[in-house]
Amino acid sequence: MSTAPRNGVLVHIEGVDKTFRRGSEEIHVLSGLNLEVKAGEFLALMGPSGSGKSTLLNLIGGLDRATRGTVAIGGDRVDQMSDRQLAGWRARHIGFVFQFYNLLPVLTAESNVELPLLLTHLSKAERRQHVETALRVVGLTHRTKAYPRTLSGGEQQRVGIARAIVTDPTILLCDEPTGDLDRKTGDEILSLLQALNREQGKTIIMVTHDPHASHRASRTVYLNKGQLFAEAPE
Amino acid sequence: MKFLHLVWRNLTRKKLRTILTIGSIFVAFLLYGILGAVKLALVGGVEFADANRLVTRHRVSIIQPLPVSYQARIARIPGVNLVTHQSWFGGIYQDPKNFFPNMAVEPETFWEMNPEFTMPADQKEAWQRTRTGAIVGVTTANRFGWKIGDRIPLNAPIWPSKSGGAWEFDIVGIFEGTKKVADTSAMYFRFDAFDEGRVYGTGQTGWFQIRVDDPQRAAAIVAAIDEEFANSPAETKTEPEGAFMQGFASQVGDIGTIVTAILGAVFFTILLVAGNTMAQSVRERVEEIGVLKAMGFTNGLVLAVVLGESMLIACVGGAIGLGLALLATSGGSPVPAMFPVFYIPTPHAIVGVVLIVALGVIAGVLPAVQAMRLRVAEALRRGG
Repeated sequence: MSTAPRNGVLVHIEGVDKTFRRGSEEIHVLSGLNLEVKAGEFLALMGPSGSGKSTLLNLIGGLDRATRGTVAIGGDRVDQMSDRQLAGWRARHIGFVFQFYNLLPVLTAESNVELPLLLTHLSKAERRQHVETALRVVGLTHRTKAYPRTLSGGEQQRVGIARAIVTDPTILLCDEPTGDLDRKTGDEILSLLQALNREQGKTIIMVTHDPHASHRASRTVYLNKGQLFAEAPE
Repeated sequence: MKFLHLVWRNLTRKKLRTILTIGSIFVAFLLYGILGAVKLALVGGVEFADANRLVTRHRVSIIQPLPVSYQARIARIPGVNLVTHQSWFGGIYQDPKNFFPNMAVEPETFWEMNPEFTMPADQKEAWQRTRTGAIVGVTTANRFGWKIGDRIPLNAPIWPSKSGGAWEFDIVGIFEGTKKVADTSAMYFRFDAFDEGRVYGTGQTGWFQIRVDDPQRAAAIVAAIDEEFANSPAETKTEPEGAFMQGFASQVGDIGTIVTAILGAVFFTILLVAGNTMAQSVRERVEEIGVLKAMGFTNGLVLAVVLGESMLIACVGGAIGLGLALLATSGGSPVPAMFPVFYIPTPHAIVGVVLIVALGVIAGVLPAVQAMRLRVAEALRRGG
């Protein structure tokens, strides 16, 4: 699997439908959705609650499957992979940043960051080196031994970002990364994401409700009733 | 191994719950080990009985004597290789609480008949030479601090001596077991001196030990012996040594069934306790499992991590319990009078290890499969 961008396009979504079934009722979350994201782009995905933002993010990240349509990341047809292939693909190419950080409370900051590296063939010393680097990037080298409960929200999100970037993934998928933070801390996290995008060329797709956050992105698209719009619909 | 830290740390999530579960498993395996030793003490003789040995006793009861003259008649029966006899003495050393088995035997045939015992040659010779000589098993010698040369007085309520006082025996040898299961708590002394010194019962003995050439022919030989003495004043009942010992053990009940029933109940309860711990543990971290899968943990790896937790709980609790039971029984019997042979047999310990692994797998398998089947997106939604 190459995941090399084609004509600069890294994420190619075409004619994607996503339908959930609740009892006998079918809920159409995404309908005939098309989207392209270029390598190195910082895309903000906005829209009201229930518009399908997180569902779209899950489809791009291979956490869920489209009911119909094509989801391709680089040369990889994510929609055609088996569960096992998807797991391996995610480990290599995707870094997730969650709204509520989702750190394992029983592990220290460095052990949390090390988790994705356990799936690689790196030695313990190499893993330690990668963890140090990731924590340095997010500015948390002084809290390596701290447990999540002793960290502030901003610090926890930095650990979450370090965990997402430690394997040097192709894309960072961020689901409302500042949604649980105050404005000042949120700004710091957004600056960090912006730096990762500008200085390290990371492709970032960020779901957000916050117009202020979306201004940090290089492009914003709007999702409403399962459809994508280049500008916020009235 | 690199996932061991994650497995271990997951168990520290609810320390008290983990400690209590490990504690329950520890108690179960401690009980398993100790009961194994108790079972061996009560019925071990049955399991380790010599297949070549038969025992002939009075048809009515073991306490009814048989004429010593039967020995020559039994020896003539085809297939019989060796015959010797023993008489229960019931001697008391100082206090009835100091119980240990003591029997009058024939020193000439004793060693050939009972190869599970051994003693230095010079002590065997001394026993042949000394009419008042007695040999004592190392367990009882250690228990009372007896050594060679000591003179031991025994009162025998069922066998008064012609002298009217206590019977006195000179310790001329201390025997040990050639097998771990050998009962070294008994004392043996010469039948000729006993027969001469007792007030009544001369020419009578308790039971015969018979060694046969071929254990496959034992049934025919048993029938031939009992046929030989049929319709006589002292009819006999002959049986393999194992059956004879089983008869003794059965006086306290079916030990094997009792022990199995107790352990079955204990393990069933422990299975529920450990299974509940694991199920709760998985329910509490659906979202975390979703995060692990989002990172790239495969379904198989998630299954292995949860099963690993279950295995670790079972192994820690089981190893400490079984280990402590082995340690507690390694020093021998705490009550040599009641349980002269007291240790955990190797097969019982091996079964214990298998049970530890089985407990870990069975308790963890359902929650592990549940965790494995979690859909990532759904797990993250449920958590959020």
